[in-house]
Amino acid sequence: MASSESVVRIRGVKKSFGANRVLDGVDLDVHKGEVVVVIGPSGSGKTTLLRCINLLETYDEGSIQVDGVEVGFRDGGGGVRKHRHDRELARIRADIGMVFQLFNLFPHLSARENVMLGLQKVRGRSATDAKKIAEQWLSRVGLGDKFDSLPGQLSGGQQQRVGIARAVAMDPKVLLLDEITSALDPELVGEVLTVVQELAKDGMTMIVVTHEMTFARDVSTRIVFMDGGQIQVQGTPREVLTATGHDRLKAFLARIEMKHH
Amino acid sequence: MLFAIQSLPFLWHGLLVTLQVSALVVVFSLAGGILLGVGIVYGPRWLYWPIRIYSDFFRGIPLLVLIFFIYYALPLFGINLTSFVSVVVALSAFETAHIIEIVRGALQSIPRGQNEAAKTIGLRFSQRLVYVIAPQAVRRFLPPWINAVVDTVKGSALVSLVGIVDLMLAIQQVIGRTYIPMPLYVLGALMYFVINYSLSSASRRLEARFAYIRE
Repeated sequence: MASSESVVRIRGVKKSFGANRVLDGVDLDVHKGEVVVVIGPSGSGKTTLLRCINLLETYDEGSIQVDGVEVGFRDGGGGVRKHRHDRELARIRADIGMVFQLFNLFPHLSARENVMLGLQKVRGRSATDAKKIAEQWLSRVGLGDKFDSLPGQLSGGQQQRVGIARAVAMDPKVLLLDEITSALDPELVGEVLTVVQELAKDGMTMIVVTHEMTFARDVSTRIVFMDGGQIQVQGTPREVLTATGHDRLKAFLARIEMKHH
Repeated sequence: MLFAIQSLPFLWHGLLVTLQVSALVVVFSLAGGILLGVGIVYGPRWLYWPIRIYSDFFRGIPLLVLIFFIYYALPLFGINLTSFVSVVVALSAFETAHIIEIVRGALQSIPRGQNEAAKTIGLRFSQRLVYVIAPQAVRRFLPPWINAVVDTVKGSALVSLVGIVDLMLAIQQVIGRTYIPMPLYVLGALMYFVINYSLSSASRRLEARFAYIRE
């Protein structure tokens, strides 16, 4: 696919928390319709990378473009990069969906209202339209009977499906999934992953951070292995998961393997 | 006893002054406290210390000293305020400091993920505050805020010390004429109690209304 089709284009991104460098020169292209799964040991920078893409974290160096727009900085004139204002960021973030490990649903709003909020306040939809879209998406993730439930009345798996509906209802250019099954009871993981698989089939562009290797293998078009703040290996699921040439990747996969036995 | 009954309209007027001072202070301190409280939590770095110093300073000095300072000392700097304006300013400045802390506590009790989720659907700062943060924070804000309102009503009795005839001074003046202190003080205490008790019970009803989260 031509690089002009890159939905997300990351070049030389570096980021430090104090003296600790968490991203140390990351390059990554994600094309339309791709599902890129990022794996790696904890502390490898994968969640930070995800959070830099919609600027929940700022990055110090390099460039992240979503649909051709630099997310972290604006041109301050004379080649100077300046941080963007909240208003510009809001506009950019509206096109980047995110689903969180801890769901982060709005607890004072019903499932339907959680999905409607962005549609009304950001997309400017009428209440009637927003309601219709919200109900369509909630039905699609299997919550057709839970429109009026508050998050506190839903199971973890149901809450996470509302979280997914809230993100995709905005019709994002790319969807970021940050360990979305890590906080779930094992028997609830499947229902959430099924929804993601369906989105992938529909051609949703996704960047997924996960520890679920089976899911990574089944859903991804490409797997990226991160360690030490850098991308070490990337390729098709088969290439990466059966990699024998890379020691750190091998060690990581062996550790994961052990946990599951 | 007849005197006491005849003095009721006078006491009534004093009560109205107490309520008037309290209401003004509640409105001003609520506006100021929310503005500065939001500023100290979400504002730029340069805004933090001025608000911090303001809050610590005004919570650290006795209210009476503040009232006397504004009424007696500001004229030395060419600022002459009537006694009524002085006490409203002093009480408002004092209560604002307390409400800053109440707002700060309420805002910081909301998990960070709420703000992040609101950001990711593209809400601007003001929208995140209005639609996501405030509706959740109000539950934490209400109980201590009602306490602050009760404190304001009680604290407003200090305005009698700069000669404003509020409920407190009205009672004292009636006592001065009738020489029957006990029933009048009891009556006065009762009036303060009725105001503040109705505030507290209103607060409990409000809290129940906002208790949407099962914990």
